[in-house]
Amino acid sequence: MELLNQWALPILLIWPVISTALVILTPGENTRLIKQGSIAASLLPLGLSIYMLVAYDYAAANMAFEVQVPWIESLNASFHVGVDGLSLPLVFLTTLLSTLSIYYSAGVINTRVKEYFAMFHLLELSMIGVFMALDYVLFYVFWEISLVPMYMLIGIWGGANRSYASIKFFIYTLVGSVAMLLAILLTYFATGTFDIVGAAAAQPFRDLPADRGLLLSSLAFWGFFLGFAFKVPSFPFHTWLPDAHTEAPTAGSVILAGVLLKLGAYGFLRIVLPTYPAASQYWSMWLVALGAIAIVYGAFVCVAQTDLKRLIAYSSVSHMGYVMLGIGAAASVLTVDAAQRAADVFGVTLEAVNDSAAMALNGAALQMFNHGIITGALFLLVGVIYERAHTRELAKFGGLATVTPYFYGMMMVAAFASLGLPGLAGFWAELFTFRGAFALVPLWAAFGTIGIVMTAVYILWRIIQNVFLGEYEPGKVSHWTTVDGQDADGPTDMVGFEKVTLWPLIAGMFIIGIYPTVILNYFNGSAQRLIEFIQNIM
Amino acid sequence: MEGFLNLAWLVPIPPFLAFAAIILFLNRNKTVSALTAIGGALLSLLLGWPIAFAAFLGDHFGLHPHYGELFTIPTGASEIVIGYQVDPANALMLFMASFLLLMIFIYASGYMSFPPHLQAAIYPVSAAQGKDPRYSRFMAYISLFATGMLGLVVSNSLLTFFVFWEIMGLCSYLLIGFWYEKPTARAAAVKAFITTRIGDAIMLMGMLLLYAQSEPSSLAFRDILSPENLQQLAERMVTVPVFNVTVPWIALIGFLIFFGTVGKSSQFPLHVWLPDAMEGPTPVSALIHAATMVSAGVFLLVRMFPLYAVGGEASPGLLQFVAFIGAFTALFASTIAVAQWDIKRVLAYSTISQLGYMVAAIGIGAYPAALFHLITHAFFKALLFLGSGSVIHGVEHGFHHAHEHGHEEGHDEAHGEHAGVVERPDGRLDPQDPQDMRNMGGLLNRMPGTSWTFIIGGLALSGFPLLTAGFWSKDEIFAYAWGSGHNLVFWVLAISAFITAFYTARQIGLTFLGAPRTEGADRAEESNRAMVWPLVLIAPFAIALGWFGIPAKFPLIGGLVPNFLEGFLEPYIEYMELHVAHPDFSYVPLVASLVVALGGLAAGYWVYGRGYAAGQIDPLRRVLGPIWTVLHRKYYVDEFYQATIIAFGVGLSKFLYWVDDLWVIDPIVNAIGRVGVWLSTLLAAVDRIVVDGTVNAVGWATARTGQAMRHIQDGHVQAYLLVAVVSMAIWLLLTVLPVLLTLV
Repeated sequence: MELLNQWALPILLIWPVISTALVILTPGENTRLIKQGSIAASLLPLGLSIYMLVAYDYAAANMAFEVQVPWIESLNASFHVGVDGLSLPLVFLTTLLSTLSIYYSAGVINTRVKEYFAMFHLLELSMIGVFMALDYVLFYVFWEISLVPMYMLIGIWGGANRSYASIKFFIYTLVGSVAMLLAILLTYFATGTFDIVGAAAAQPFRDLPADRGLLLSSLAFWGFFLGFAFKVPSFPFHTWLPDAHTEAPTAGSVILAGVLLKLGAYGFLRIVLPTYPAASQYWSMWLVALGAIAIVYGAFVCVAQTDLKRLIAYSSVSHMGYVMLGIGAAASVLTVDAAQRAADVFGVTLEAVNDSAAMALNGAALQMFNHGIITGALFLLVGVIYERAHTRELAKFGGLATVTPYFYGMMMVAAFASLGLPGLAGFWAELFTFRGAFALVPLWAAFGTIGIVMTAVYILWRIIQNVFLGEYEPGKVSHWTTVDGQDADGPTDMVGFEKVTLWPLIAGMFIIGIYPTVILNYFNGSAQRLIEFIQNIM
Repeated sequence: MEGFLNLAWLVPIPPFLAFAAIILFLNRNKTVSALTAIGGALLSLLLGWPIAFAAFLGDHFGLHPHYGELFTIPTGASEIVIGYQVDPANALMLFMASFLLLMIFIYASGYMSFPPHLQAAIYPVSAAQGKDPRYSRFMAYISLFATGMLGLVVSNSLLTFFVFWEIMGLCSYLLIGFWYEKPTARAAAVKAFITTRIGDAIMLMGMLLLYAQSEPSSLAFRDILSPENLQQLAERMVTVPVFNVTVPWIALIGFLIFFGTVGKSSQFPLHVWLPDAMEGPTPVSALIHAATMVSAGVFLLVRMFPLYAVGGEASPGLLQFVAFIGAFTALFASTIAVAQWDIKRVLAYSTISQLGYMVAAIGIGAYPAALFHLITHAFFKALLFLGSGSVIHGVEHGFHHAHEHGHEEGHDEAHGEHAGVVERPDGRLDPQDPQDMRNMGGLLNRMPGTSWTFIIGGLALSGFPLLTAGFWSKDEIFAYAWGSGHNLVFWVLAISAFITAFYTARQIGLTFLGAPRTEGADRAEESNRAMVWPLVLIAPFAIALGWFGIPAKFPLIGGLVPNFLEGFLEPYIEYMELHVAHPDFSYVPLVASLVVALGGLAAGYWVYGRGYAAGQIDPLRRVLGPIWTVLHRKYYVDEFYQATIIAFGVGLSKFLYWVDDLWVIDPIVNAIGRVGVWLSTLLAAVDRIVVDGTVNAVGWATARTGQAMRHIQDGHVQAYLLVAVVSMAIWLLLTVLPVLLTLV
């Protein structure tokens, strides 16, 4: 076990490289082997991440499964990886969604199979890498690597307008990366280390006079902000998302929404808050405002959509707004002074303020995880119907509840989880985000609640009513096929591999919805330690 | 007996298991599904009643309510305790809900026959069985509904209360839209969910503020309703931005949470969803309107009563607002009920009106009276709804038989709903509509079981003196209102009680008395046993429950029967350290309640009960003229919302989308891209002229590379932008950073 604990993370990083190489070495015409081999290969990271979840000690104060070996010594950069309660569930989410996506893709991808699966393993590598990197150079490298396979997935296997969408995605994110690179360098010059944990412990610019220190750390903050906010994507930097999602192949959308968006939010929690607490606190209202606006704005825009996939893409904008709101609310009381001020203003104890901040962070982290499984499931379900109808126009559907009851049932669970129905996963994330926000930034939180109502409007009125209710009318969709492309008289219900892909996600929604403790134990420990860390160091 | 209390958390479990089993495994077999659902409800009753009776019979049970814990959720250094509790208030609810749920389940198993709006050819198997094609699904949904209600009742915190509250909201959505082939049904379902969600969102705000402001930070009823916590909430002030008023926290929180009740219990101005909810099958109407969902709204106020009581002292406007909304809704809805023809819609508005009584009772501080009326109303309203469903079934079958006899072959347009619709001064009439009371009459002899139980329920609703439960619970509210000096509330409620008795008599007269006005009514037959037995079992409660709350000071019979309810609730009120006034006995409210009940019934009977003719226009229509139309059209509230809020919301969505995609944000992004392309072209031109001219060889190579690149990039010059950005970044790095660092 000791050996496994030491090698878990390196294996997680090496294995996808091996898988990619194996896929590339396999003859391209042997698609069966490539598909089945890819599925089998993706099970190892999944199994490892489950093992790490089980073996993880909630009370551990430091990083778990940590590995640090010197790397580029002239730069003082090292190969430093490790996970804590925040990143471990996200690593699990990545491996889970990767396995499911690969499995689902095996059923629907029939062009350029070899390249597709090679890209997917590469994508998995980069995402896992970002979540476990504890060194800025590693972090940046993985961050950039993640762009390429996704660009290819959209650009090659995407829909009609794919080249516009993929370029837009690429350039948008790259602009953000450049800003982030500047911020990383600023941090490096200030602290002399590329170590993420070490830089946070060194607290760049803390020895400067207050105003100059704030100026420089604000520069770094905004650099990181641009890098991460483009990725989240935070309003108003979100317009690449609907295009990218609409054009991406189903599994690409699943990974894009399920994991790639989380990289941005994760960056805030891993890097920005601990390293630049004073600047984060100073600018926190921007995060809060952008988050709350995204919630409401995204939800309103959803209502006006006519394309099912585009609607769900915009719902991601709205749902990631909760993450920003939670992070911003916690950031607003990050420093001891600010926490004390908030305690005085609201007439509560300092401990209560810290608990509110922890709940806001828990809500944000949980929302990241939940959004991964819920929106992942929603995109898969859109894929299910798109493979059959070859259209996503809401107006073309109707009455599917009667003809495809299994699909209806799955969609209802995912849609209501997305809506934040208690008993399903989404509720707890919304609850804790809003709980933290109402205690710390009540006005913006109150504004954000408009989103709760509008979410119900677009889920029920746009999606469920348009697609499922009413009487099924043949002929609205010109050409139905089965999922394997055979002609069909009408919609056919979900088949085995689609059900298998969706069940883990559906089960996850129920498990977290009924017993959220199972995952909050991870997040809560990290959130608490983050707050303690900052308050002790300042 | 008290050992049963530890099992309270199990009460909601059996229906949930039934739900899961039916959805996942049993749905193919309709009979098994129904039996599973009924079995789940029966188990809940077998758990629930012993718990309730353990509480009823416990010695001063209210002084030591039972609390239990299940698991915790970490929240920073603190944690949320998920658990259950049993106290007098929810023991009464448990007694009511677990029994009514079972009755409704049994009834539903008989009710869900093949619906007339579906074509038998599409569903041959279900049509042959004579059951709804989604019969099993229905059983699963109502099981989940039962889980929601029972879970809510045994909750120990506002958080779990809210969780189950929303689950009920989901079920109401699913069940109202159960016959989603009908456009009206699916519109009603969405309307119900979204309207209540508006209330819920506001309630959530109050709930989270309460959570954040409580000492200790918690949502457990025991913590948030403790006198110390309420006191500190009442002492600390908050300035509400935008409105710029300064109120105690407790008032703000109470005000916000009250909107949960307004939405769920369908109070003005969020009442619009409930009448439309009649689109669901009748057992659903009974579930939503009587036993569960709408009661939950009032139960929330009952639960949170200490907060309202303390809040009312700190800021009287809070309780005045609650009382105003309740009393206004009671009157408002009862006037609409007078001018409705749909047998279920009358009951729907009557429900809104009766819920208004309970809300008003909370508003005037009459805690026991509100709870008493909540329980009695649940029984007699469930009776009325189930009875109306039985009537609809009977008349529907009557039409069916009439049709088969009329023309043997012409079954194709059997249920052509729009055939022969008549526009009348008193509203549109579809002569085939089995729910329109103008198509009924004379059912008393044809459906005796249904009729007599319905009449019992109707008398209870109108507060028929001494005998019925409704009289005693309503009388209690009147006595409180008068005794505590809320004269306006008293008179408003008295007037609406008169109207209630009047429309109840109208309904009974039109439905059961006189001669049948259509063939459907003429050929109506008594419903099956699964439907009639629940009616017969509920009816005694609609009468006898009142006798458990006869005030000791009541003339003649007061004191003959001990006032169980008061004895049961008194210790609990003491436990919560509240002061609920005991109004002295006065003849004014008693006489008023006698007069309005008997007067209303007599007036209604006089107008409608003595043989209402087939083509007759509603006499009130002639008397009231256009006012009647306004009532019939429900004061045009729906039309108003449609033209204002809904139009605004949809318009704003479109506007924002255009801003996003067509007008502002994306065009800016694309414009930046285009500027980048233009800049790159410019640079390329400079490159070609300046660099090319001097270094031909290098220029040639550049051009070649450029062409190659262009092929790779698919002609997209955005790549140039990329180059520009990266170069700029490097330039920034090289120049700006060292400068900044020298500052350091």
